Formats: sequence, C-alpha cells, structure tokens
Amino acid sequence: MSAQQYDAIVIGAGHNGLIAAAYLARAGKKVIVLERNPYIGGATSTREIFPGYRFTEFSYVVSLLRPEIIRDLELPRHGLKILPLPSTVTPMDNGDYLAAWEDHDLTRREIYRHSPRDAEATDEYSRVMARAAKAIKPILGVVPPDPSSLSWRDLARLLQLGRFGASLSEQERYRIAKLMMQSAGDLLDEWFEFDPLKGTKSASGIIGTFLGPRSPGTAYVLLHHYMGEIDGAFRAWGFAKGGTGGIAQAIANSAKALGVELRLSAPVEKVIVTGGRATGVALANGDELKAKVVMSAADPKRSFLQFLDPQHLPDDFLAAIRNFRVRGSSGKVNLALSELPQFTCLPGEGPLHRGAISFSPSIDYIERAYDDAKYGRFSERPYIDAIIPSMIDRDMAPPGHHVMSCFVQYAPYDIEGGWDDARREAFGEAVISTIERHAPNIRRAIVGKQVITPKDIEQMAGITGGNIFHGELLLHQLFFLRPAPQWADFRTPVPGYYYGASGAHPGGGIMGANGRLAALEVLKDWR
Amino acid sequence: MNDAPYSLYRLKRTPFHERVAPLCLPQNWRRWAGCITVGSYDLGIDREYWAIRDAAALIDVSPLMKYLVEGPDAARLLDRITPRNIHKMAIGQVFYTGWCDDDGKLLDDGTVTRLGERSFRLTSAEPSLRWLAMNAVGMDVTITEATDRMAALSLQGPKSRAVLNRCCEDGLDTLRFFRMAPNRLGGRSVTISRTGYTGDLGYEIWMDAADALPVWDAIMAAGADHGIVPCGILAMDMARVEAGLFMIDVDYTAANHAWIAGQKSSPYEMGLGWTVNLDKPGYFVGRRALEREHREGSAWRLVGLEVDWEGLERVYAEVGLPPQIPGTAVRGSLPVMRDRQQVGYASTSTWSPILKKYIALVHLERPHFEPGTRVEIEITVEHHRRYAPGTVVALPFYEPEWKKK
Repeated sequence: MSAQQYDAIVIGAGHNGLIAAAYLARAGKKVIVLERNPYIGGATSTREIFPGYRFTEFSYVVSLLRPEIIRDLELPRHGLKILPLPSTVTPMDNGDYLAAWEDHDLTRREIYRHSPRDAEATDEYSRVMARAAKAIKPILGVVPPDPSSLSWRDLARLLQLGRFGASLSEQERYRIAKLMMQSAGDLLDEWFEFDPLKGTKSASGIIGTFLGPRSPGTAYVLLHHYMGEIDGAFRAWGFAKGGTGGIAQAIANSAKALGVELRLSAPVEKVIVTGGRATGVALANGDELKAKVVMSAADPKRSFLQFLDPQHLPDDFLAAIRNFRVRGSSGKVNLALSELPQFTCLPGEGPLHRGAISFSPSIDYIERAYDDAKYGRFSERPYIDAIIPSMIDRDMAPPGHHVMSCFVQYAPYDIEGGWDDARREAFGEAVISTIERHAPNIRRAIVGKQVITPKDIEQMAGITGGNIFHGELLLHQLFFLRPAPQWADFRTPVPGYYYGASGAHPGGGIMGANGRLAALEVLKDWR
Repeated sequence: MNDAPYSLYRLKRTPFHERVAPLCLPQNWRRWAGCITVGSYDLGIDREYWAIRDAAALIDVSPLMKYLVEGPDAARLLDRITPRNIHKMAIGQVFYTGWCDDDGKLLDDGTVTRLGERSFRLTSAEPSLRWLAMNAVGMDVTITEATDRMAALSLQGPKSRAVLNRCCEDGLDTLRFFRMAPNRLGGRSVTISRTGYTGDLGYEIWMDAADALPVWDAIMAAGADHGIVPCGILAMDMARVEAGLFMIDVDYTAANHAWIAGQKSSPYEMGLGWTVNLDKPGYFVGRRALEREHREGSAWRLVGLEVDWEGLERVYAEVGLPPQIPGTAVRGSLPVMRDRQQVGYASTSTWSPILKKYIALVHLERPHFEPGTRVEIEITVEHHRRYAPGTVVALPFYEPEWKKK
C-alpha cells in the first residue's frame, strides 16, 4: 500500500472542488482532486447519453458564477463561453402566452397587453429588486462572520458587512428585512395582478427548496436568483457552450494548467484523522493518500457523517449537520428530439425556442404542485422550466435534431413507496403530458429520454438527498448558519479538514464562491 | 390573442408610420417610448432644424404617454401629484410641470391640460398609470391611458400659425401661449394646444389615432406654400437645448430609476422652481422636502453655458485645426471646471445654428451657477483632453419674440 504525499486533497470534481483546487495550485500547492465518477462535473456535467445528443444532466443555466473566479482562473482562455438565453415564455391554458423578451420595450408591450398596471409594476419591481440584490450581493464574496464571536477576525468581518449596510437607504433596509420574512407569493401579490406573471416570477423563489411559493422564506430565494442579473459577468442567465459541463471543463482545464492532478473513478471512503488532525484520505480501492490538508466539496452530510467517524466531531456540530435540511424536491427530464416542439401559443420556429419556456401559469398552480409533494407524491402538474440547448449551441444535437432540458419541481426524494423504475417512468410521463398540452408534437418528437429523480441525483452526482443546492436555501441555513453555526468560515471541527461546496456559504447555483473562499481560508491557515 | 405568431415581437409604430416611413431617406430610426420614430428624414438634419427656426416643422410626437384624468376628484389628484396649483387652472389652460417623489426628487415631467371642469389630460415621458393610481386611493376619479389611441403632431416654427390657419376650421390667432382649444382639421375633430418642445412659435395637435393620416395630409398640404418640412427628433433635440428645455434620463435621472441618491434631482435644481407653488393649500407629494430645499437653498442648478468661440479656436489652433463641433446635440456627460476643480457637468451640448454658438445644458454646484461665472468645459481635441472657456448664462439661450405673441 503506497501512500502518496500532497499538500492538499480535494474531494469531488464538481465546479467548487475544481475551483478550490485551482486556487490552491495557483498558490503553489501540490493538489489532487478525487472524483468518484469516471467523469468530472458533479452536478455541472454534460453527457452524451444518446449518441450525438448532449444532455446538461442536472444544472442547465448559469448566472451567478463569480466574475473574480472567471478572471483569476482565466476561464475564457480555457474555453468558457456563456451564450445568451434571453427570454422566458409562459404558455397559458387559454392558448395565449406571456413573454419576457430580451428587449425592455418588447417586454413592456407584451405585459401591457395582459395588464397595463403590471407592465409598469414590472419596471418598478425590477429596479427595487436590483437595488436590494446589489446591496446583498457583496455578501456572496465574503466569509461570514460568527456574530457570537469576539475574535478580531470575526469583528473585522462584521465591520466589513456594516460598511455594505451603510450604503443602503433606510427604506431599502426595511425592504430587505421584509424580504427575508415573506413568501414569494405575498411579495408578488403586493406588486402584480396577472397570474401567469406572478406564477412565473414566483418560480425562482422555490427552485431547489422543499417549499411552495406561499411558504415564508421563499422571497429571499427569489432575490438570490436575482443577484446574477446585477453586475455579474453576464448580467443575465445564460447557457454555457457545451452545457454546464462546459463550465466544469473550462475550470478543469485551468486547474490542470496550474498543475492540479485529477483522479477519476476514485471514490473516497474515509478521511484519515491522525492525532486529531486530517492527514489524508482512504479510497474505496484501499489506496491511501496523504496531505497536509483535505477539503471536501461533497455535500455536508457526506462530508461529515460519512467521510468522518463521529468520534472526531462535537455533538452539537453533528446534530447541526444531521438536521441540515437537504430534502430533494426537483428532478430533470432530458429529451432528445427529432424535431422542435411546436407550441400552440406561438407556432413555428421563433424566439421562444431560444429562451426558457416556463410552465407556471399561476402561483396557485405551483402551490398545488407543492401540495402533491408535501404528501409524498410527485406533482401531477409540475412546474417545469424548459430550455432547448440545441437552439443556443448547435453542437448539442445532430443537425436538425434537438435536445430539451426540463427542470421539474416537485419531485420529493422521500416519495411514498420509494422511487423505482415504474415511479420514475410515471414522473417522466407527468412531465411529458404537461408539455404536450402546449406543444402537441412533443411525444412524436422524442427519440431519447432521461428521467432524473432526486434519488438519481443522489446516486449519479453523489448529493445526499438529491438537493441541487446541497441543502436548501432556507434562511436558517444561510450565511453564518451554513452548514452549521460557528463553522461557516469553511473550517471544520477537525483541524486540516475544510469544507467548500454548495452546502457552505453562499449556497448553490454555480457560483463557485464557496470553493474559492474555502481555498483562500486554507491558504490563510497555511504554515 | 394574436393574429399571427410574433406579430407583437417588434417595436410599436405610430399612427403616422405609413406616411413617415417612405419619407425617411437615411433609414435613421430612433426609439421613443417603445415606438420607432424618425430620427431625421433628410440625409442631413439642417433643413429640418431650419424649418423649426424659420418656417414650419411637422414632428410626430405620438409616443408621448397620455392619460385622461376625469371625475369629481380629478383636480384634487393632479394637485396632490404635482407641485403646481391645479385648482387655479382655467378650462383650456395648459401647465408644464415636473412631479416628485416624497423626497422632493423629480420622477417625470410633462404637461397638464384642463379639458373641462372635471377632466384633464396629462402627458408624461415615462409610464405613469401606476403612480396615478397609487395616489388616487380614496378619490372619485377615473384614469384612462390614451397613449396608443391618441396620435399627436407638433407643428413648430414661425409659420406654424399661418399653416394651421389655412387648414383649421377655427383660426388660431386668438389662441394664447399654453392654451388649448378644440378645433376641426382636415374634416376631423382635434384639440390644438399652443405648446411645443422647441422654444419657437408652435402648436401640438391631438387627435384620435384613426384620424392621424387625414390630419397629417391636411397639414402638409396647407403648409406646402409655407415651406413645411417633416422633421425628426434629432433636429428637435437641438432646438430644445436652445430653448433651455431638458429631457428625462438625459438631463436628469428619474428618482425611481436612480441607483444612488446623488443621481436624483429636484425641481429647484432643474430650474423649475417657478412650478413649485409652496403657497398652495394642503399636502402634495414632496411638499415637506421641497419646503426645506426652498428654505435652505439648492446644492445644484441647471443653467446654460456658452462656450467662448475664441477660446475654442485657440484650443484647436494648438494642434493646427479649426474648431470641430458635432452637427447634432450630444447626449453625454462632460466635466465642467472652475480653477481646475470640477464644479459640475454638461448633460447635453450642441452647436446652435441660429445663435452660432456652442452651447450646453450644465449642472453646477452652488455657488458656481450664477450667470456670468467663468468656467471651462472639457472637450476632446485630437484624442487629448482639453478645456474650453465659457460663461454661465440664464436659460433659455434662444427665445424669439414671436414665441408668446
């Protein structure tokens, strides 16, 4: 049994693991990334499930990826291209549609024909949310302070945050405080009257949570999704060339160029703790790797409850991690198509196909979809956010053919009776029949189908509970509480063991801040 | 529902589109409030500009936002929203006014026309339905948007009255400045206000969108002997600077669009102090903040800047060039300095063909905004930053004697 020596071992080749490894290597460290799958990406993977058709298996759009990471790791040079995904169309049950086009004037004209009041409210709402997001966004780039601590480090971090707060007007502070407590439904009811508009806007408040649009706390999630639209590198949600796997590939290229070693099909069994300190990992195949530090970019449950023996962790920390809510609530249906879906509301090929198609006719529709999930069933009529990647990046499917990515909510991890092939098939059927009501040719067009349940997310991407954010974006699971109180600074109760993934601050959504900030903390501690 | 898919996936066209599109030689289209409108009809804009100043220029101003405010509380609502005393308006009178948020910062500006005892027309640059509705809570008033169903033309220039007198049923000789009267034109019902955005003699003609083309044809026919010229918004942009008239989101940022407090402007700062009636009774939006500013004085003021021609020549002569001045109004911020310290900025600058001067609308900090103050404006000469001397002047730069006669 050979024991190889590294400066740092990173567990998991998702985007956060790769980013952390690249930052460590950039500081001159000898780094290896260990990935259980035979491919990189974790939940940011693109795979050719059917020959010629490339699926963005899990995550499918990007907006929040931190601009400093793009610069530091020179991702454009390593192949990152973010293509525009400019619009959202919501088909309505009466055969009409609601569209938010790329152009402000067109969008205003479109909303105006449904509700003149909402057309103006939309502009005002966008500005208010943009200002709130602008105020909160700096938080994404900092290590959360521990508010109970009086250490100089935490006080300095608190002071830094205070400076962000000082730039806000009194009104804006109240607005943000209110946002933290409200449901997306209540917030949107204050602003709008047109159901498809409210339904579509509310959807970003529930993504990745096991909550409905009328559950308190969802207004914040909505804001979280807004942040990418402020001063990010793209100012809008976009589609990465080659799918989100293209992002992972660009990061991996950068990491390799910096000297990072990447080992695939290398599942980690245990983190080795010697004398109270993490000193390496044991792989499932029996290999042992030694390192000065180990960082996990897996989900919190796996990182602390599986990789470590409980004896190494204090009780309250263990309890916090056990109670960390990772209820998977969403699934994916990826389709290979022989022709474009034809929507009855906007027949023919057009701008609709180049943007998102949102099945969200009202808040009630989504709340009803949640009702199913609350009692252990997948939604009979789910919320679906569909895009047609092959219309944005022609290399995603054979010429004339297409791929369609359908994000679906709700699909509870803990489904009544447990997930099996029959239930997976029925879940896929619910999605296809929902789409079919608005695009009747969809069934005929399908030449390949991949249905992914939360259970599949867990098995394929290795995320416990199948939650796309490694843990829901609930207020009690954010900032200095993520993943556990007093341990939000990417350190863990085991010296030498760090945690930097979506389950850490600032949460999920292909931001990469987690991996970057964690790596920077590792370097601060380096002796 | 829609006739053809994607029939709405384009900018709006004004009711005059059929007429103006074939005349737009350079295909120089501009956006205005979600519509495509003509930037200029000719390959140069001189002829259109001089029609405003010497003959008659016909401008399609249909994209303006238009609202009808009607009912027993119509005057009360407008009196609450604007700083002007609406109760004092006569029927047929037009007020120009800005309106503010409760911090006394400008949200928009436009005109209020009293059509009847209980009915008003409001024009604005930005959509205002929501703001009107929010302020109308508990009032007996109906607010109807008329933006799309009402077309509007602006006929500007010293010959504009003569043109209208040839095609209107009622003569325009008795219509005073900032008054409005119903009329018939080309066999169609219109209302005509003696208003405009050029600082010259001029009228605005308001009509049902369905009557747009016959009205256009009648005015063009009547104007043929008076040198009427269809005029795009670029020539109007030069004229409005000469008239000292500012434009939202160019010369000031609407308070609700601003990212930071420093971007907002008050009516006093924009030289609209004359529209703020602090002696009117009762609350109006922004009253307390405006009272305070009135008491304490404003930090900024919009004024005019006339650039010294000799100074400009000197700066260019250093590199062996005569002065280079853009032929259209320039919407771009230029620093204004005094004793090498920045004391403000220009928001729109233009060559004034009628004054033969390079002029700018400038925002200056107290105390630098007094007329006669000598300042310098930044210009770029052969890719290098230079400063041209100039003098602060009161607005407007240009006001012909016939404007109000």
